[in-house]
Amino acid sequence: MALIISDLSKYVIAIFMAIFTYESFAAFRGKDETRKEGIYTRQIICMFIVHFVSFAAICLETGDLSYIIFYGFQQILLFSVIALFRVIYRNSNKLLLNNMCMLLSIGFVMLTRLHFDRAVRQFKIAAVSLLVCMFIPYLIKKFRFLDKFTWLYGLLGALALSVVLVLGAVTNGSKISYTIAGFSFQPSEFVKILFVFFTAGMFSKSKDFLQVCITTLIAALHVIILVISRDLGSALIFFVVYVVMVFVATKNYIYFILGIGAGCGAGIIASKLFSHVQVRLEAWTDPWTHIDGSGYQITQSLFAIGTGGWFGMGLYQGNPTSIPYVEEDFIFSAIAEELGVFFSICLVLVCVSCFIAFMSVAMHLKDDFYRLIATGLAIVYIFQIFLTIGGGTRLIPLTGVTLPLVSYGGSSVLTSLIIFCVIQGLYGIQVEEGESHGKKENRY
Amino acid sequence: MAKKKTDTEEKLNQENTKEKKTKKKQYRNRELWIITYLFVLLMFAVIGNEIYFVYAKSETAINNSYNPRQELLASKNVRGKILTADGEVLAQTVRGDDGNEKRVYPYGSLFSHVVGYSTKGKTGVEYLGNIALLTSNASINEKIQNELSAQKNIGDNVVTTLDLSLQQAAYDALGVYDGAIIVTEPSTGRILAMVSKPDFDPNEIAEIWDEVTNEEGNSILLNRATQGLYPPGSTYKIVTALAYYRQNGGDISSYHYQCGGSFTYEGHRINCYHGSAHGRVGFRESFEKSCNSSFANIGVSLDLTGLMTTNEDLLFNQSLGLPYSTAKGSYVLGTNATSYDVMQTSIGQGKTQVSPLQLNMITCAIANEGVVMTPYLIDSIQNYNGSTVKQYRPEVYASIMTEDEAAFLTDMMSGVVESGTAKGLRGQSYTAAGKTGSAEYSENKEDSHAWFTGFAPVDDPQICVTIIVEGAGSGGEYAVPMAKRLFDVYFSK
Repeated sequence: MALIISDLSKYVIAIFMAIFTYESFAAFRGKDETRKEGIYTRQIICMFIVHFVSFAAICLETGDLSYIIFYGFQQILLFSVIALFRVIYRNSNKLLLNNMCMLLSIGFVMLTRLHFDRAVRQFKIAAVSLLVCMFIPYLIKKFRFLDKFTWLYGLLGALALSVVLVLGAVTNGSKISYTIAGFSFQPSEFVKILFVFFTAGMFSKSKDFLQVCITTLIAALHVIILVISRDLGSALIFFVVYVVMVFVATKNYIYFILGIGAGCGAGIIASKLFSHVQVRLEAWTDPWTHIDGSGYQITQSLFAIGTGGWFGMGLYQGNPTSIPYVEEDFIFSAIAEELGVFFSICLVLVCVSCFIAFMSVAMHLKDDFYRLIATGLAIVYIFQIFLTIGGGTRLIPLTGVTLPLVSYGGSSVLTSLIIFCVIQGLYGIQVEEGESHGKKENRY
Repeated sequence: MAKKKTDTEEKLNQENTKEKKTKKKQYRNRELWIITYLFVLLMFAVIGNEIYFVYAKSETAINNSYNPRQELLASKNVRGKILTADGEVLAQTVRGDDGNEKRVYPYGSLFSHVVGYSTKGKTGVEYLGNIALLTSNASINEKIQNELSAQKNIGDNVVTTLDLSLQQAAYDALGVYDGAIIVTEPSTGRILAMVSKPDFDPNEIAEIWDEVTNEEGNSILLNRATQGLYPPGSTYKIVTALAYYRQNGGDISSYHYQCGGSFTYEGHRINCYHGSAHGRVGFRESFEKSCNSSFANIGVSLDLTGLMTTNEDLLFNQSLGLPYSTAKGSYVLGTNATSYDVMQTSIGQGKTQVSPLQLNMITCAIANEGVVMTPYLIDSIQNYNGSTVKQYRPEVYASIMTEDEAAFLTDMMSGVVESGTAKGLRGQSYTAAGKTGSAEYSENKEDSHAWFTGFAPVDDPQICVTIIVEGAGSGGEYAVPMAKRLFDVYFSK
């Protein structure tokens, strides 16, 4: 019986995920507020159905009713987040709010299926983080002097990364985490945000050549520390974010081209110099001959996606736990295996919808500092998704980064929530700017 | 009147500023738009790549012994049957009284290599169709019933392109000899029969496993039709002839040679088979009689770069890239080769090696106006009730010679049957074309592998046969009669 339910459930889940995805793009069209309210309501209904049906399948499959309680807590959390945001913040971006909750709920479902204890831990972290992050939009709007601490952001970031480099624990050959009071932190996650604030602060003051040089020096310091820590995924994210921010701030195409050129050059040098880069390249170009060595992870990921097919094996019907680090780095492959490739594509599109919403906030902001923050965070977000999903589907070599809001990892989920809430705050500023000019446009 | 004018002017002005504003805004955000488009494009590349992988690549990728999901599927579904094109069962899973599943091969060693085995690793069709056999497309209704009664679903059936009567004929024809026979349909690439000897009974693979794997060279399990490499002998004269034809712009009429049973050049000597003297021969007679002396003479006149190109066109020195294990044919004659090596190579001796499958593909190209179709074994996937789940279609593999070149070689090979070394095929209800070969493989010049590769009928080729009989003797004597038996069976239907 359970098989039939999970077989049917995967189609129901796919259909409502598709509707949600469609609405997440429909929301960009037009300005009719009542129509948009309809879209957001339908999104919430879809989210509820996907979440409910998934947990119904989990309960039936495992025969363990304690999952219902866990489901209840999740439901309360998600709905109170949506409700509270709407009540507290008159100008909240409801599309981003819905997308954020949808991504969180997909993460909860998949983590519950993969590793219950970790799912509970993730839930607790997300709940506390959401409580804290709830204040961020208010703080952003209230404290209009955040650009005064530019150097603090830069130095704090570089310091945090250096501490990890010196004292950090080694996981998979990379030094990325640091344990304080029993909690293991991944500073590179939080430093991404500091780094964006730093760069935005620098370029909002001046865009002349000297300023670009100084900022580049500090940015390079960040990247180099990360490369030495062997956290190549983060190094790449910092690099790309910086190149984009320089380009957007200075509007100078030469910087953009130089940046891309320098990136390619550094990539080639790194692939010649470092053996761990070579191993990843080898696993990427020819995983099948290294299937029991360096190619193991990526081939297991491809098996998962390929065996799942368009509509997936159904929850608990696949074998995603055969992929090493599935909860952190390969959650996308696990989703594709059990909920289907179709669902996974919808998931990517929801992420793209978030990115476009981020960029749209950036475009409508007048203040340079805020514009650059929105742009930087948008790139932090989308490029990380590109790295993890592109890596898991063998479009690019593996870099070992998480899928924001979906993957397991406290630092990752907290950082992602901060990013979403900072953008919510910037959206509030943007709407108020619009209103003060007597315009009512760009509200979604 | 004046007021109205100012009104319109004001309106115009307003519109102007509005336009300017939007333009300015667009201009202000140009970089942000570029970045947005760039990253959205990147994400669409990710999606496109995923779709491409699932659509085009995943089927072969997931059929890997490292994929633990195979066991998962096996625990849910009973492995399906393997059938001939006519629906004869070649492999099926039966449940014994003890409840254990056992894979049964009703025809025993007849299909040993081509159907393969599924325990102790997977080979042949058991490997190619593995995922399909382990997947069930039974009706939802039935799946529900099975679920309720805790029964496994019945996996899908793999319908092969194989023909029972041709396989039997090929198996019997090869008899006690070691070697291989492969029969294909040149217009589609369907493999109708594939025999390799020595063979084994896949029903007893577990019992004989230690014995056959401990054996030197592990050769019983090797499918010689696809993985065996042999010196091509005189069948290679097809390649030499094509290279000569290309080099001389299609003119073969001016070629003449006086054969006295051997050819000596720069102190090296090549003998005709059994030293027989063919007298004055033109190009056509040289090919028909398989005159080694004349072909060695042709060989030394060839431009070695051109010969290399022709070899590469004819699939030498490259992996065939098919989903089953195949051996790579090799041609190693460099441009600075000695004249002895050139002479040896041009008659198919020397270091050149070819698999029966590759030679069959070359022959198919000749039969099919220069176009090789991808040789394939699986015709379709059906659910266990017989309704088709997936139908495989013929695919073009490559065009390896021009239509004119194919017609030329057809004409030459037709001559081999009419008045040459394959006369055993003359005067039948069908017309045939082919080339024999007797490949020497040891110091003892008397020992040779017997080759035949050819097709029938000449005007409208329907089947293409390639035969190697190890250590038997001359191709005309041993391989041609086997080809005749196969053609007879095919055309008597």
